Amino acid sequence: MEISVIVFPGSNCDRDVAVSLKKVFKRNPKMVWHKEQTLPKSDLIVLPGGFSYGDYLRCGSMAANSPIMSEIIKCGENGTFIIGICNGFQILTETNLLPGTLIRNRDLSFICKNLPLKVENSKSRFTHKYSANEIIEIPVAHNEGNYFADQKTIKNIEDKDLVVFRYCNKDGIINDETNPNGSKNNIAGIINEQGNILGMMPHPERATDKVAGLIDGEKFFISVLESIQ
Amino acid sequence: MIKITKELIDEHGINEKEYSFILESLGREPTITELGIFSAMWSEHCSYKSSKTWLKKLPTSNDKVIQGPGENAGVIDLGDGDAAVFKMESHNHPSYIEPYQGAATGVGGIMRDVFTMGARPVALLNSLRFGDINHSKTKHLLTGVVSGIGGYGNCMGVPTVGGEVEFNACYNDNILVNAMCVGIAKINKIFYSKASGIGNSVVYVGSKTGRDGIHGATMASAEFDDSSDEKRPTVQVGDPFAEKLLLEACLELMKEDIIIAIQDMGAAGLTSSAVEMASKGNVGIDLNLDKLPCREALMTAYEMMLSESQERMLMIIEPEKEKEAKSVFDKWGLDFATIGVLTNTNNIVIKHESEIKADIPLNILESGAPSYNRPYKIVTNPEVDQSYLLKSDKKIIDILKKLISSPNLCSRRWVWEQYDHMVMNDTILRPGGDSAIIRVHGTNKALAVCSDSTPRYCAADPTEGGKQAVAESWRNITSVGAKPIAITDCMNFGNPEKEEIMGQFAGVINGMVEACEILDYPVVSGNVSLYNETNGKGINPTPAIGGVGLLESLDHFSTPNFKRKNDNIIILGDTKGHLCQSVFAYEIFGDSQGLPPKVDLILEKKTGDLVRNLVTKLKIDTVHDISDGGLLIALTEMSISGEIGFQLNIDKSNLNYSFLFGEDQGRYIISIEDKNLNDAIEYIEKSNISYLSIGKTNGKKIKIDRDNEIDIEELRDLYENWFKSYLKSN
Amino acid sequence: MKALVKIMPKKGVLDPQGKAIEKSLNQLGFSQINSVIQGKLIEIEIDSINENDAQKIVEDASKQLLANLVIEDYEITIIKDE
Repeated sequence: MEISVIVFPGSNCDRDVAVSLKKVFKRNPKMVWHKEQTLPKSDLIVLPGGFSYGDYLRCGSMAANSPIMSEIIKCGENGTFIIGICNGFQILTETNLLPGTLIRNRDLSFICKNLPLKVENSKSRFTHKYSANEIIEIPVAHNEGNYFADQKTIKNIEDKDLVVFRYCNKDGIINDETNPNGSKNNIAGIINEQGNILGMMPHPERATDKVAGLIDGEKFFISVLESIQ
Repeated sequence: MIKITKELIDEHGINEKEYSFILESLGREPTITELGIFSAMWSEHCSYKSSKTWLKKLPTSNDKVIQGPGENAGVIDLGDGDAAVFKMESHNHPSYIEPYQGAATGVGGIMRDVFTMGARPVALLNSLRFGDINHSKTKHLLTGVVSGIGGYGNCMGVPTVGGEVEFNACYNDNILVNAMCVGIAKINKIFYSKASGIGNSVVYVGSKTGRDGIHGATMASAEFDDSSDEKRPTVQVGDPFAEKLLLEACLELMKEDIIIAIQDMGAAGLTSSAVEMASKGNVGIDLNLDKLPCREALMTAYEMMLSESQERMLMIIEPEKEKEAKSVFDKWGLDFATIGVLTNTNNIVIKHESEIKADIPLNILESGAPSYNRPYKIVTNPEVDQSYLLKSDKKIIDILKKLISSPNLCSRRWVWEQYDHMVMNDTILRPGGDSAIIRVHGTNKALAVCSDSTPRYCAADPTEGGKQAVAESWRNITSVGAKPIAITDCMNFGNPEKEEIMGQFAGVINGMVEACEILDYPVVSGNVSLYNETNGKGINPTPAIGGVGLLESLDHFSTPNFKRKNDNIIILGDTKGHLCQSVFAYEIFGDSQGLPPKVDLILEKKTGDLVRNLVTKLKIDTVHDISDGGLLIALTEMSISGEIGFQLNIDKSNLNYSFLFGEDQGRYIISIEDKNLNDAIEYIEKSNISYLSIGKTNGKKIKIDRDNEIDIEELRDLYENWFKSYLKSN
Repeated sequence: MKALVKIMPKKGVLDPQGKAIEKSLNQLGFSQINSVIQGKLIEIEIDSINENDAQKIVEDASKQLLANLVIEDYEITIIKDE
């Protein structure tokens, strides 16, 4: 099994996700520089968090035009598993591999905290190790995590069960109060219709370490591992 | 040719005596570029002219110190081939003028000081001080500074894990922004700034040079007056994306044996880097400014030498290795230009457009650097009888509610939730505790880091305040179970030309010297910021202390939150009930008379060593030191963070303000399960440290006595909501 | 030749920055100000060619990178060299 983690200028969660992947997949992912024209054969491609290109112009906009992205788009269309975390999610929406876009947090501040999430879709290839509607705790750290799409797109996403994670409180209540950044319908993570591409704003790679205190991210990576095997 | 007039010399901050020295040493009048170079190198910021003689007294070594003051940052040995590299620096004046960019570039600058030595930055902390909450500029400065720190640090992907925020009217027009960075390097791969090798290339890397911040170093040394708003164009603008590229490029190149010496360009830009690197190495340096990457057209030699454009480094490399080095910087999209060469002349020679714009023997810059022995008078408050502070009929619970929701004691969550404090996945203990804990990546050991100062103590008694600043840092590191190793300091003071202010500096240093010695906690790096005064009114003496300690194993460390119901709560150390200079006195009586609590350094050490052993040997997992606000505030913090209440069980004679809110030093609160109690008490008694059992943890209430009870949730709301409501209001 | 690309959020897209600016202005006493939308202005220098070619280049640049067509509209103005 081969995993590629794409590194853009300004990515800064690449090492973090590589460590988590190694823990679960028991192998070192390949770190692929964004300027490469070809991608090593990969079963899983990860676009990590960070501030690619400083988040200048729009988050993920310039990374989405990197040389490596055309290969990644092809792989995505062919069914390769792709995960985009935080800045990675932003890049996936900029390339249209996922619908919608991420805009500035409603309250205009950067937010870094642990948040309860509801696993809305525990049948997906990325979440089947979670139980239905499980409430988990995963940290967020972003300034532009507000998921937006027009009404038609949102309806499509909801109707087809493409919402994987939603922001809630520890009792699972989903409303404006439990929405940290203004995302439509408290959406924290979605998959594409084919079911092989996932984008999420929270950082599961920051929840795989008992010493640091959070482990709900482990089941996420284990789900992907088992789906690929 | 620009004519050197008296006005020009004055504008450059050079006095008559200094100018005569220049004339005599050069044997002629200086050029304008040379005048700029002298001005920058002899400014307070670069030469430490008012503080040098005092700073020399500070202890700077112990068996773990590899590099003390004198380099870009200090270096300590962590064992197993690892080293920590750290420093704190001020960016006060620019942050007042443009809070976002001032704070952001402060963070950028301090990170460069750390990674220039080969260390990957792993933690950022900051000490922030703003004016009175009702002062017209405070909100704007607070939000701007916090945004700027977050904006830069988050983009760099380095977690901001600790710090302090204080509001006090003395900082109304002179806010303080002190930024600290800690990095980790391999002990055999530390890079220094000493240039060597005649004929070696002087290479510039990073962002292009513009007109940013020209005269920033001299601005840092000049007082503000009412025309300060006009100084806006001199503030630098930071580009954290460029710095992230620079960080990765430098660390990549540092894996090879190519860089001979390296220094970042900070205050006084290319001038200070070139002069300092060459002087340290006892070599001359020739610069050809035609090769300098510029982003503005028609820059003069003067401008190029003094520009404080950010995100730039200066390196010394062998000419044969240039190509390989350039390829790394090309990959990361950064400028790489050979702009000079090391010579055997021991002069700094600057050429531009076929003219020699400067030619100065480096030893003149060094030997001529002013060093003042300013007259000083150490003034302390008269002692007062504190019994007037006991005269109130306010209920203890009401006082607790007022204090826990006061601007200087309430939760700083609003601040640190704007900082990514988790990136790099090694933050084991987050902001909000006594120290943050950062794992050394890939190992089971960790650093404990914190930043502290109690300026009101220093104002009342500089020497005792200096002792306390170091002691509190030492306690905060000890509280998590770590061994304090060394400190960095940021000395923020008013106008040193005033006897009393110079006396504050002298007194604080004297206190620090004593504490550093007895606690074996030396200063390995630091910074001085003077002239923090506006219209003649100065700030409280503020020695911000950045502490670093080592946790040998993450298997045992302690945190302040209560963990279990029915734990026994014990105070280690003596409570005498000292109320003068306490937050209680200030908030409840509006009073700041009298002296601060005394620090008994020998007892501090003994008590702290006991605490550390309790954590590492007896596995005690809950510790909090007692500082601002006293015992009841510390207990409340432990309660709120753990969501577990407590019931006090103390002698009626101690149910008074002095016992509950006094700020006696050298005390810790520990919380122990019943099953471990006997062993712990036995251990404590053997150490001869006084202790007092004061109650037990329990359900969701805080119970002081029958008349003083409150739900934790009510206190939590008061504790957590101050910042939000402050910023919402007009 | 210079081109100015004005990028504004589409109608109906939440503009938190614009809202915050509007609120601040009202608080400062500008009660007559009813609505604020924050956009971006990008200034581009292009090698002198004819106006039509410049327009096409900037159109392509806008579609591919400068504007996110899901949430933004763009407007191009070409300024000829004197």
